[in-house]
Amino acid sequence: MAMEMRLPVARKPLSESLGRESKKHLVVPGDTITTDTGFMRGHGTYMGEEKLIASVAGSVERVNKLICVKALKTRYNGEVGDIVVGRITERRRSAEDELAMRGFLQEGDLISAEVQAVFSDGAVSLHTRSLKYGKLGQGVLVQVSPSLVKRQKTHFHDLPCGASVILGNNGFIWIYPTPEHKEEDAGGFIANLEPVSLADREVISRLRNCIVSLVTQRMMLYDTSILYCYEASLPHPIKDILKPEIMEEIVLETRQRLLEQEG
Amino acid sequence: MASVALSEAEKVYIVHGVQPLKITVLKEDLRVDGRGCEDYRCVDVETDVVSNTSGSARVKLGHTDILVGVKAEMGTPKLEKPNEGYLEFFVDCSANATPEFEGRGGDDLGTEIANTLYRIFNNKSSVDLKSLCISPREHCWILYVDVLLLECGGNLFDAISIAVKAALFNTRIPRVRVLEDEEGSKDIELSDDPYDCIRLSVENVPCIVTLCKIGYRHVVDATLQEEACSLASLLVSVTSKGVVTCMRKVGKGSLDPESIFEMMETGKRVGKVLHTSLQNILHKEESLGTKRQKVGFLG
Repeated sequence: MAMEMRLPVARKPLSESLGRESKKHLVVPGDTITTDTGFMRGHGTYMGEEKLIASVAGSVERVNKLICVKALKTRYNGEVGDIVVGRITERRRSAEDELAMRGFLQEGDLISAEVQAVFSDGAVSLHTRSLKYGKLGQGVLVQVSPSLVKRQKTHFHDLPCGASVILGNNGFIWIYPTPEHKEEDAGGFIANLEPVSLADREVISRLRNCIVSLVTQRMMLYDTSILYCYEASLPHPIKDILKPEIMEEIVLETRQRLLEQEG
Repeated sequence: MASVALSEAEKVYIVHGVQPLKITVLKEDLRVDGRGCEDYRCVDVETDVVSNTSGSARVKLGHTDILVGVKAEMGTPKLEKPNEGYLEFFVDCSANATPEFEGRGGDDLGTEIANTLYRIFNNKSSVDLKSLCISPREHCWILYVDVLLLECGGNLFDAISIAVKAALFNTRIPRVRVLEDEEGSKDIELSDDPYDCIRLSVENVPCIVTLCKIGYRHVVDATLQEEACSLASLLVSVTSKGVVTCMRKVGKGSLDPESIFEMMETGKRVGKVLHTSLQNILHKEESLGTKRQKVGFLG
């Protein structure tokens, strides 16, 4: 059995460990971004008293004439076309619903869906009008901040390490064993409850720990970053990945690899 | 207790991870975060975090965050135990931990935890209560132990008992003298030196080990998701020598006597290691003295 107790260590600010030369322009709600009125206001800003003021806490991003503030940690705001992973908490109770749906979906079930429309109060309506969406079977759910999930063309990834991952835009990440063959006729509502093999479990647990360590170090989540982090973590036993010093080492290596790949 | 909703498939995945396919192969357990059945998550312990208490400690076990403060006050001993001081426990489940604890939602859990703490300390050897007596039948020290639940991430009882032990280790009670003058009236004199204090011996303070039954195996230090898959758990309170002071079963499921025996043995084994680690870290922290960098809540 393993038991480790330690004294807490103060977290170093990220900019120190990165050695960044240009510091990000961070603002809090109410801060003035600029008094120059020539800019167009983007998300997270508003005009007040002849100056541009931030309405969320985050970093200022400027694209030519457009200034917006990208919040570092926010509640999920739905956009049409987003992929989300969600848990059913409540359902409409009517006679037809009881007869028809309860066989397929229960309270507590996880589903993957796409955002169809956004209401003015922020609520979203979802659809599962494709065979790739639907009820999720066995796997592991990791909840992260929505601002850490990078927007990409596709959010369903079959990673080469042996597991698949769905990066929901709402911050719910679903890791599951890659299905053996695509079952087209099942329609995705019948869950496979057979035991998952130990090898697959190890991959899934390792991926889960890698995602948690990336999130703790505030790195964006997308298929490449998760894969690099997985590969960097291979020398370490799975449960050690969550130890602070090993987590820092792995994420640093991931960051370096990503920079090399971009540059 | 704070809980998460899980789908059937997720529960099946967790249960199959804890119990291997072949009953004879016992090494194949792999929980969701890669731990084995008897592994704890990493624990962060820090004492002396609240300055206006006699002793305090903060324990972070994964996502579970507990703050304990101990205040020593003078009072009258209980009638049936005139030569001893006593401990009073109060547990506050803060609404910060989960929305379920808003308003009076956390009161039930708070009383349950406080009653468990009373039970495990309800024996002669846990804390030397006679050392808390100032003058028999008249004055004694009462230690008010306040537990604050800041974040709930599973395995509350273990984290709380570790924090209580660390806070009691950190408690410094001022040294007092009873002066009796000619008329016979007693006067209590507090020492002038603020560092002149007595400390409690926490050698025999027990810690709780929670063993959750998942499938036909049991796990130590369950996360919220694992607790949702377990129907019955056993709370075993163990001292550093491996002596069980009290045992309690929670949950609506049943446990057969063989499982209870196995879980108790695991609890004793795990408890001894828990105590050794805790003693080591507390002594290490104390040896650092003033050089220790205090992290507190803003670290």
